[in-house]
Amino acid sequence: MEYRRRAVLRAGATGIAAAVAGCLGSNNTDGEGSIAGEELALATTTSTYDTGLLDEINAAFQERFGAQVAANAQGTGQAIESARNGNADVILVHARSQEDEFMREGYGVNRRDLMFNDFVVVGPSDDPAGVGDTDQATAAFEAIADAQATFVSRGDDSGTHTKELVVWSEAGLEPGGEWYQETGSGMGDTLTIADESSAYTLADRGTVLSMQDTVDLEIALQGPIEGGPELLANPYGIMAINPEIHDNVNYQLAMAYIGFVTSPEGQQLIGDYTANGQQLFFPEALAEDPDFQQYVPEDWQPDSEGE
Amino acid sequence: MALEFIAEPTYLRSIIRVSLTVSLTAIVLSTLVSLPIAFVVGFAEFPGKRLLTAIINTGMGFPSVAVGLLVLLFISNDGPLGTLELVYTPEAMIISQCILAAPVITGVALSAVESVDDAVRDAAYGVGGTRTDVALITLKEARYGVITGILAGFGRAISEVGSVLIVGGNIAYADGTSKTRTITTAITFETRRGEFETALALGAVLIVLVLLVNGIVLRLGGR
Repeated sequence: MEYRRRAVLRAGATGIAAAVAGCLGSNNTDGEGSIAGEELALATTTSTYDTGLLDEINAAFQERFGAQVAANAQGTGQAIESARNGNADVILVHARSQEDEFMREGYGVNRRDLMFNDFVVVGPSDDPAGVGDTDQATAAFEAIADAQATFVSRGDDSGTHTKELVVWSEAGLEPGGEWYQETGSGMGDTLTIADESSAYTLADRGTVLSMQDTVDLEIALQGPIEGGPELLANPYGIMAINPEIHDNVNYQLAMAYIGFVTSPEGQQLIGDYTANGQQLFFPEALAEDPDFQQYVPEDWQPDSEGE
Repeated sequence: MALEFIAEPTYLRSIIRVSLTVSLTAIVLSTLVSLPIAFVVGFAEFPGKRLLTAIINTGMGFPSVAVGLLVLLFISNDGPLGTLELVYTPEAMIISQCILAAPVITGVALSAVESVDDAVRDAAYGVGGTRTDVALITLKEARYGVITGILAGFGRAISEVGSVLIVGGNIAYADGTSKTRTITTAITFETRRGEFETALALGAVLIVLVLLVNGIVLRLGGR
């Protein structure tokens, strides 16, 4: 626990004590039960980090609890892998199939639905494949494949890439050939590459909106937020790393963070966050109707698991 | 949006601080390891010396991402050194930069030592110098090459992005202070976000820093 202890010392020396004192009065910073001064390792995706949302949430979390958040923004695949290796306390990702696998393997506990936005198909403004005439994601991808219009794929096991592969397989297509190019890069890089090479790509709305000053791509097919197909929904989940598997993780801090971001306060921060005047993420953690499937892998049944 | 980091000096300052701290520490450590190796190999004659030299020179071309990945596997919390909790810390970045810089320093210093004219050594022997005297004379003659090697190692360390991104994670806190975000990983990050101006400005900062360090070192070295 060497670096955490150092983090405690450093935190005590800097303004965190002041922030805590300012907001919470003389809360028990020295008490054994306090999480103040600790540091949470959050593995997350580029889409939540690059849009600036996490800076907003984490600053509020730090002000409220006096604990810092070290956010490591990677693709969903890499974030999950690093959590598997015990290098994160909590993960915030957006690929339900990969999250479920992570849960089934026992690495993740206490999953919550956090928020959602949607994916959109973007492409050059002259829309050579005629994607704008389609109203289904599968039809849009078929149009691109038929026209052999250049399509850039993330190709990196990220949440966006996972969704893209789902759409291709729903459309019954196996993309390949010179028109289909994998960038292996983050969403922002991939949008830039798509822009430079007049290509189509699948992107989350948040990153598209936050980069609309930089790239000339236009939304050719909207996602469900603007009335598009439900297949393009993009839900984010958050879960703690199982402390029984990795005893080095800071489970208490992870649960405090999950509690905060799924609280009315955290959810309001998410709902109020805008880029270029537009809301990027829609809170989904709180509802009057229970959704038990958010805690377990989708379609999980007690009987089918035999336990 | 452009150049917004200038309005946030804390962000820029802490990135520069992390970059310099990590790379300078890495250079000091790898110099301490590399120079003795370079001198021993340079002075001694033994079978396999050419092979060893070739290996050192190959090390100069180690791909930084591969080094980063190897270091990550070792320091990962379920890896062999997991209990040290090094992953995503500045210390992890120092380790990988040491590994990257050491062959550069060793290789360049070695060739500097070897290229000291034999006449100089002979002359030192001729006036009755001991082995130690000869070694010291050779070191003195080779000092510019050695300094060049250290500077080349520094340039490699501070400008590489592959390994620090993997073992450091490009982490900054919500208030803009850097934990493991260096100038190079910040450039990657800003480019990914489409903030090209900020990325370019950071690149300029990096060049100026390297220039400054080179100037200071060369000045101290007497050139």
